[in-house]
Amino acid sequence: MSKARRLSSLVVGDVQADRVVPPTGFTAQLTLFAAGAMAFLAVFALALSLASGRLAARWGAELAQSATLRISAPTEQVDAQTAVALSLLESTPGVASARALSAAEQRELLAPWFGPDLPIDTLPIPQLIEIVETDEGYDAAGLRLRLQAEVPGAVLDDHTRWRRPLEKAATRLRLLGWVSIVLIGAAMAAMITLAANAALAANAQVISVLRLIGAQDDYIASAFVRRFALRALSGSVVGTLVGALAILLLPSSQEEAGFLTGLGFEGVGWFFLALIPFVAVGVAYLATGAAARKTLSELS
Amino acid sequence: MIELEKIAYSYGGGELLNDVSLKLAPGSFHFLTGPSGSGKTTFLKLCYGALIPTAGQVQLFGKDVRTMTRDDHAMTRRQIGVVHQDCQFLDHLPLRENVALPLTVSGRDSLEQHSNLKELLSWVGLGHRADALPPELSGGERQRAALARAVIMSPDVVLADEPTGNVDWEMSQRLLQLLVELNKMGKTILIATHDLNLIRSAKHHVQARVLRISGRKLQLAGADL
Ligand SMILES: Nc1ncnc2c1ncn2[C@@H]1O[C@H](COP(=O)(O)OP(=O)(O)O)[C@@H](O)[C@H]1O
Ligand SMILES: [Mg+2]
Repeated sequence: MSKARRLSSLVVGDVQADRVVPPTGFTAQLTLFAAGAMAFLAVFALALSLASGRLAARWGAELAQSATLRISAPTEQVDAQTAVALSLLESTPGVASARALSAAEQRELLAPWFGPDLPIDTLPIPQLIEIVETDEGYDAAGLRLRLQAEVPGAVLDDHTRWRRPLEKAATRLRLLGWVSIVLIGAAMAAMITLAANAALAANAQVISVLRLIGAQDDYIASAFVRRFALRALSGSVVGTLVGALAILLLPSSQEEAGFLTGLGFEGVGWFFLALIPFVAVGVAYLATGAAARKTLSELS
Repeated sequence: MIELEKIAYSYGGGELLNDVSLKLAPGSFHFLTGPSGSGKTTFLKLCYGALIPTAGQVQLFGKDVRTMTRDDHAMTRRQIGVVHQDCQFLDHLPLRENVALPLTVSGRDSLEQHSNLKELLSWVGLGHRADALPPELSGGERQRAALARAVIMSPDVVLADEPTGNVDWEMSQRLLQLLVELNKMGKTILIATHDLNLIRSAKHHVQARVLRISGRKLQLAGADL
């Protein structure tokens, strides 16, 4: 039988092929349960991957403007030191641009803490210089040494120092999520293989009768494959729905509220979610098919 | 159709058959006899490709069994009807479906075939048992059901292994009658049996040749049964 015909009979259903194998209550329940549980877990692993992916992307984007130079000096020296610092930064490899913030911008930055009416000109507020780095980045330690020598009042606030590890962690978390999904799929394949082997062994007599009367391996295999694929389908649909519901029912997040409440599906995420049952069916199809072909090839 | 040339067979111990040749001519009727354990079942299995000879050649419909794939073997089993010594059925399906199983698995399960099935069941006298499950059947009924299943694909050859093994004399005569009728319809028949009375009674109805397994060889038995 051709692959296409086998697939179509998988969907349309070959009632006769189904009937030749006697119904098995318990393995059927186990397969349903395993598929459901695995789909449920896959939903969370997927949510984790997608959320940490979003987080990594956001932090990555913010890293682009990643450093601030703070110059605290006696008022009369600030301008001079700022000029020195700017020219020094401009000649530093890895710095795309450097710009001193205007008084208005600084006031705006401080407003949340001190109110809008802060008399900024009369206070010894440090001058801030925003540094935008290139993709390669600059050598922070080297820059610090040069600043120490030429601009004694300068302090380099390198945001990358704490953000980059976070971005790395988020990227790693996303990877772990995908690895979990692969492991969940593999575990499901293993469980279905075991269940299929049990079913094949329990039906050894049926298989030998079918062989004797001229059934081809494909026909016999399809009777088992179809069953397990359908069980995996119904189990994983339920598991996916319950998992998705559980995630929808998580307390909803405020804007930027953090990682935990950021678990959820948006856009293409829903597509991945809907893919879970199909992947489960595919896994069941392949696992049962392989188990059946192996068992059958060992028979006379 | 079935050709054995200088074959030998051993299950791993001593040789059970040695230097056996046979060519089944279309339309012929053969008995295969020999004491219990002499290798009749083994011989039949060699004839339909369930066993591969340890030496020599077996050709089924012009194909060497050694080079046949698993699917080829499945296909020859549709061309050779076999009544097995221990007729096995699918116990969860009614007799009707069990007899039709060879049609089902070969995708020839058409409506037209269903009327043939009805005819076939009444031919073997099981029309009224069509809905019974195999475990509910008597020994004779099982044998007749197995015969019906063996011929439903209209095979050219029918091999029957002790078809009258555990049935009474009257039933064995009836089964023999069915096999003789098949032969009259042009089928090649090979019946393995240790029951010499059965062979003698057949002589009135059909021109049969008798093969005997004796001393690991296959001999054409004379009229001196
Ligand atoms: N699968 C097997 N493995 C090993 N020995 C077997 C097997 N099948 C049959 N035999 C042995 O081969 C001999 C012939 O068996 P069989 O062909 O069934 O004889 P018959 O049908 O004439 O009674 C017997 O001694 C039997 O024990
Ligand atoms: Mg025998």
